[in-house]
Amino acid sequence: MHLIHELLISGLIVLGAIFALVGSYGMLKFPNLMTRLHAPTKATTLGVGGALVASMVYFLTLEGHVSIHEVLISLFLFLTAPITAHFIAKAYMHKHLKPKQLPKTQSGWSTYSASPAEQSHKHSQSSTSHQ
Amino acid sequence: MIDYALHFGFFALSLALLMNIWRAIKGPTDMDRILAVDTMVINLIAVIILYGIYEKTTLYFEAALLFAMFGFVSTVAYCKFILRGDVIE
Repeated sequence: MHLIHELLISGLIVLGAIFALVGSYGMLKFPNLMTRLHAPTKATTLGVGGALVASMVYFLTLEGHVSIHEVLISLFLFLTAPITAHFIAKAYMHKHLKPKQLPKTQSGWSTYSASPAEQSHKHSQSSTSHQ
Repeated sequence: MIDYALHFGFFALSLALLMNIWRAIKGPTDMDRILAVDTMVINLIAVIILYGIYEKTTLYFEAALLFAMFGFVSTVAYCKFILRGDVIE
C-alpha cells in the first residue's frame, strides 16, 4: 500500500515537472508572442496542478491529514491563468498589431471599436439630428 | 523514491526558471517580458510546493498562495499600464 502511494506521488511530481519544463521550453522556442503565449498558459498550469495533486496525496496518505490549501491554490491559478493570458494578448494587440494584420471576423474586432458608451452617445446624436 | 522524484522535479523546474529568465532578458517586446515573469511566478509556486513536500511541512502553502495572488495582480497591473498608461484610473 505504501509503495503504491509513493509510486503515485512520484509519478505526479515527475509529470508536473515535465509539463512545466515543456511549457517554459515552448515559451523559449516559439517565433512570436501570440504563439509563445500558448505554451506556458496551458502546460505550466498543468505542471503546477500536478505538483499540487502530488502534495495533496502525500499529506493525505503518508502524513495522515487532509489539507485544503492545495485546492485553494489550484482553483485560484486555474481561474486567473486565462485572465492573464487574455490581458497579455489584448495589450500586445493594441501596442504591436494593427487591425489589418488580424484575421477577419463577421463584425470586426470589438476591442478596436469604440466603447459602448461612446457608441450609444453617437447613436443618440445621430437620432436627434434626424429629428 | 519520492526523494528521487523531488530531485528530478527541482532540476526540471530550475531549468524551466532559467529558460524564463533567458526569455525575460532577451524578449523582443515588453509583453514577452511580462509573460516570462508571469510564467516564472507559476514555476516558483511549483518549486515552493515541492519544497513543502521535501521538508514534510504544510507551512509553505501560505507562501505559495501569496505568490499566486501577487503574481496575478502584478501581471494585470503591468498589462493595464501598457493598455491605458495608468494602473488605477
